[in-house]
Formats: sequence, structure tokens, C-alpha cells
Amino acid sequence: MIENFRIPLGDWVEVGLEWITTSFEGFFNFIRTVLIGAYDGLDWVLNAPPFWAVILVFAAIAWWASGWKLGLGTVVGFTVIVGVDQWDNAMESLALVVIATVVAVAISVPLGIWAASSLRVSAIVRPIMDFMQTMPAMVYLVPALVMFRVGIVPGIVATIVFAMAPGVRFTELGIRGVDKEVVEAGHAFGSTPGRILRQIQLPLARPTIMAGVNQVIMLSLSMVVIAGMVGAGGLGRDVVASLTRLDAGLGFEAGIAVVILAIFLDRVTASFGRDRTLAGAKAA
Amino acid sequence: MAQRCVDGYHVSEAPQNASKQELDTQDGTGEQIALSVRNVYKVFGKRPAEVIKRLKAGKKREELSALGTAAVIDASFDVKKGEIFVVMGLSGSGKSTLIRTLNGLWAPTQGSVVVGGTDISKTSEKELRKVRQEKISMVFQHFALLPHRTVLENAAYALEIQGVAKADRTQRAEKVLSMVGLEGWGAKYPSELSGGMQQRVGLARALCAETDILLMDEAFSALDPLIRREMQEQLVVLQAELGKTIVFITHDLNEAMFLGDRIAVMRDGEIVQIGTPDEILTNPANDYVAAFVQDVDRTRVLTAGGVMEPPLAVVTISGGPRNALRTMRDLQVSAAFVVDRRRKYQGIVRDRDVMAQVEKGATDLAAVVRNGIEPVSPDTALNDLFGRAVESPIPLPVVDDDGRLVGALPRVTLLAALGNVPSTTGEFPVVEVAVAPIPEQVVTAALAQSEGATK
Repeated sequence: MIENFRIPLGDWVEVGLEWITTSFEGFFNFIRTVLIGAYDGLDWVLNAPPFWAVILVFAAIAWWASGWKLGLGTVVGFTVIVGVDQWDNAMESLALVVIATVVAVAISVPLGIWAASSLRVSAIVRPIMDFMQTMPAMVYLVPALVMFRVGIVPGIVATIVFAMAPGVRFTELGIRGVDKEVVEAGHAFGSTPGRILRQIQLPLARPTIMAGVNQVIMLSLSMVVIAGMVGAGGLGRDVVASLTRLDAGLGFEAGIAVVILAIFLDRVTASFGRDRTLAGAKAA
Repeated sequence: MAQRCVDGYHVSEAPQNASKQELDTQDGTGEQIALSVRNVYKVFGKRPAEVIKRLKAGKKREELSALGTAAVIDASFDVKKGEIFVVMGLSGSGKSTLIRTLNGLWAPTQGSVVVGGTDISKTSEKELRKVRQEKISMVFQHFALLPHRTVLENAAYALEIQGVAKADRTQRAEKVLSMVGLEGWGAKYPSELSGGMQQRVGLARALCAETDILLMDEAFSALDPLIRREMQEQLVVLQAELGKTIVFITHDLNEAMFLGDRIAVMRDGEIVQIGTPDEILTNPANDYVAAFVQDVDRTRVLTAGGVMEPPLAVVTISGGPRNALRTMRDLQVSAAFVVDRRRKYQGIVRDRDVMAQVEKGATDLAAVVRNGIEPVSPDTALNDLFGRAVESPIPLPVVDDDGRLVGALPRVTLLAALGNVPSTTGEFPVVEVAVAPIPEQVVTAALAQSEGATK
């Protein structure tokens, strides 16, 4: 009896997936075109100029965001990437991470704001986010492949889905954490809810939201390698290649490039969330 | 000859009625209502309507905690234009919820709140925002400033919401900042200011809105005692200057007594007494209020007008020395207050001086009137009277704004007021025997002699 018990969950998913793929083919093609366009454009911006010019720009950003130490570290780090001959791959991966992060933030922050405004929405959104984040990342690759065909797009889509959750969660947390009295003050002086969101809630929640964005970026980077399996290119391709060829050297070189990218992105975004206003929010 | 009724200040048996009468007589009949609260209930929880129904049926709020929490139960009061109305209660008494129904931050579950003619419990969101912009502003316990904006931008916040142009609102905010003593701090951020200064910004922000009504939710509770005192005094000054209507929430009875024209005492969501500080202190509505007011510094609350006695030993200047001496003999006192025909206070006379006049056969009492004792106003707090009472050999005369003698303050009355025991009234000569009066026989003899002389 028990041997025959089997929930055909897999079959359902397959049927559902096929239905979605065929019914919304136009929609998926549209997304595919948009994402490919954005990716190619960004990739060109990063790869077309000489590498030293790009490094200088990154160093300038790091200096401006954090200080001369990070600026110097950026120059050293990216020179190492060039030195191990991973520059082109690193820029491809960076383009993928940036596109995925921008889309993930564009979806997750409004979703987080919505969840913060209503307990019911929050109760629905939260388990979905838990599901998306805990489901093994590679599982997303298959449906993404089916919907968007081999290439960079399934990699980006899988990355977006996987990396979105902290964006939603931190945004909700940040907005809920804004001093209730300050929000009340907005209401008490006759401000509209939209204005309160713009002038009070978002600015005060910014450090928390930026921490969420930082997490989104980190998760995106961790997906870069996995996305290499579906032909997303970049550093992931070399990591996957090193795995199949048992080439430890190549794997390490690509891996160290991922680490350097991660440190750069983490430090720069972290410093965006931290400034005078944070000190002010604490004191108030 | 003594004026028995001492205006509305005299302690009355029924505090609630007395308060109405008193205010009527003080303010005249044309007073306007700024804010009117009628039968307001605010219930949080699953079944608010059911909770109200059962509360009305006489259930206690503790019995209904499973259905919901009644934070405000059947609150009704009017706040008059230009008055400081204090709502006082301990934490959990519902006072913070009550004040939030006054500007619609909480919609009342039942009942109406009328602000300047608009019933905000029934109005639309848009209309409500308009009321908040134009009629009622608020100061918060923890200041609730926008930390990412400068002091000036914070002060101008209400004007920004109202859509006032930047140059104009900057100018107005600067003016209000200097009014609260923050001139030159406009470019700082709130986190760079001390607590007291931050709350001044909070006050400036509310004043800048130029609304008639100001809600203050435990506005000074987070401040150090010294700063708090300073802010209270400044608020009173500002209120007198600007004529705002203020609803002030506090858990501090001394603060309530100091600021309040009237005080509403809340307990467990209900208003248990509304009255002037004097009434609350001298006629607490129940044991709870009585226990509450036990610790209050009575000397700051009670006024000369509230505790004074009717002056008995009063002589008129036109009555002449003989009449004066006779009065003093009958009352067995050594001194008396002197008034003119319109009861204006002139000074005091001593029996010895008057007797000398009588013996000389002089008819002018004015010659022996002394002006050594400054009269006090009925509004003076007892705190400010002890020193003078010690220095003065006879009771302090209490004189109204027109200079008329309305009462006297013997030392024993000051003491009685502190202990909240009724001091004797009426039957005793109010002028104390600080200096033993001249024996009665001597006075009588002198009077008889002078009578013989004039014959």
C-alpha cells in the first residue's frame, strides 16, 4: 500500500511549466529581448574601454563612497583579476550581477513597502520569499532554461528569483522599524501617505534597505557560478569548466576573481547605507 | 461689614458645578469652544462594538479583555479657546490614545470629536489632512523630529506640507525658532542638540503651523527636571503671548497643576474628574484622585485667592479714628485694614496710634495709616507668600486687580492649606494677635473720655 503512495508533484510542475511556457511565450520572449539588450549594453560599456580606464573609474567610485583605502584596494584587486587573465569574464559576471540586482531591487523594494503597509500582504509575501530563498538555487535553472532557452537570460532570471528575498525582507523590516512617532508626526501635520513614505519612511529606513540591497548583490554573485552551468558565461563558465576538466588552477583563478568582485561590491554598497543620517536616526 | 463671599474662589461642595460657575464668571458668557469631545470610545481588539455595548451595560473593562481593550471609555469634554487643558493619568490610563483621537491619528470607535466646527470622526481623509494642517498641530513625547533634516527644515515642516513657498517658510521658521530660544541653531541636525533643545524644535514646528490648537503628548516627560521646569514656564509665557488652545497630556501631577487651567484626571480609560487645579486638590472626586494628589506640591498650586479668609477687621478711612478704635476693641485686635469708601485698600492702622489720635481729639484716620505691608494678588502661589507672611506681623491683605481688599491671609491659614484641613472662617477675628491689643477697659475709657471732650 505504502509503496504505491506517491504524490505526483513533479508531474504537476512539469505540466504547469509547459502550460506557462506555451501560453506566455510572447511575454517570455519580450523579457528575453529586454534582458539580453540590457546585458549586452552593459557588457559593452565594461569591456570596450581599456581595462585600466575601467579600473580607475571603479577606484574613483570606491574612494568617493568609502575612502582612499578602498580606492587603493580596488586598484590592487582588479589588477590581480587582469593578472590572472579573468578580466573579460569578470566584467561579464559584473554585468550579470548588476542587471540582476537592479531588477531584483526594482521588484523587491516596492514589494517590501507594500508588505510593510499591510499585515495581510506581509503574511502572504513572507512564506513565498522563504520558499524562493531556501529552494536550492540550481532548481530554478531548469524552468528558466525551458522558458528562456540557453544563454545569459535564464542565468539572470534564476539569479533574480534567488536573490530577491532579502530585498523584500529588509525593506519591510526597515520601514516597520521607523520610529512610530516620527511617522505620526507626518500624519499629525497633514502629510499624505505618499509623502510620508518619501520624506520620512524611506529616508529613515535607508540603512536597513541598503543592507538588503547589499545582501541581494551578494546572493547574485553567489549565483554567478551556478548560472555558468546554463551557459551564462563570465566567471561561472570557467569555474564549471575547471570542474569538468579537474583544472584546479583555473578554478582558483576564476574563484579569486569572484571574491574580489564580492569584496568590492560589498564595501561600496555597505558605505552607501552608512552616513550622517544613520547617526541622526539613532539619536532621535 | 465683612464681605463674606470671596468671588468664585471659595471652596464649594460640588466641584463640577462650581467649576462651570466659576469659569462663567471669570470669562464672561461669550467664551468659545475650540475642541469638543462627546462620548468618545476607543477600543482595540477583535470586537470593539461588542465591548462598547457591554461597557454601556455596566461591565468593567477588565471583564472584557478577551473581546478587546477599551483604551478610552465615554470621554466627554470641551476645551475652551485659549485655555490649557491638561489630561492627567498614569501610563495605561488611555490619555495618549485620547489625545490621538483629537487629531484623528486614531479614529474613535464611537463618539464625536469636533475641531473648529468639523467633526473629524466623520470626515474624509482629505478633509482630515486639511484640519491637521490648518487647525490642530502636535508636539510629541520623544520629539519625533526628522533626523535627516536640519533644525530649520524641521521647524518649517508643517509649512512645507501646507505648500508654503520655500523663502517664506524659511523666514517664518526662523522667526519661530528665535521665539523658542533657538536662534542660530537652524543649520544643525537634531542629533547635535540636547533633549531640551530638540523639544524646542518640536514646539517650534508645531507653533510654525500657526494652528489655534496645540496637542502636547507628554511633551516634557522625557526631559530632565530642571529643563522641564524651564520649558513649562516658557510654554506658559508663549501661551499668554500667542493665545493658543493647548491640550497637554502628562502623568506628572505637579506639571498638570502648574500648567493647567483645567485638569481632566483619567483612570483606566475613564475621565474621573474635570476641574481647576484648586478643585482637584481641595475637592478630589474620589479616593483615587485623593491618593493621586497627596504628593503634589500644594504650595505651587494653591493661590492666595484660593485659601484666603474674609477680612473682618476692616475699617473705613471716612469712619474716623473713633469708629476704627471701636471696631478693633470689639474684635479684640491690635490692628485693622483700612479701606476707602470703594473698598480700595489703603494700609493698616494700629490700635495704639488710633488711640493716640482719639486722645488728641483728632478726626483724621489717614494720618496714622501705615503702608508697610504690600498687598498680594489673589493669583499669587502660596509658595511665594511664606517669606512675606513670616515678615509681616499681621495677616497679608489680598487685593484684586482694581485694588479692592478681597481677603486676608493669616499664617494659620497658610499652614491649614498645606495640611488640607479646613481653616476656620468667619467666627474668628482674622487679624491675629501678633501684638497684644490694648486692654478693652483702657480703650473704652479712652473712648468715653474723648466723647466727654468733644461734648
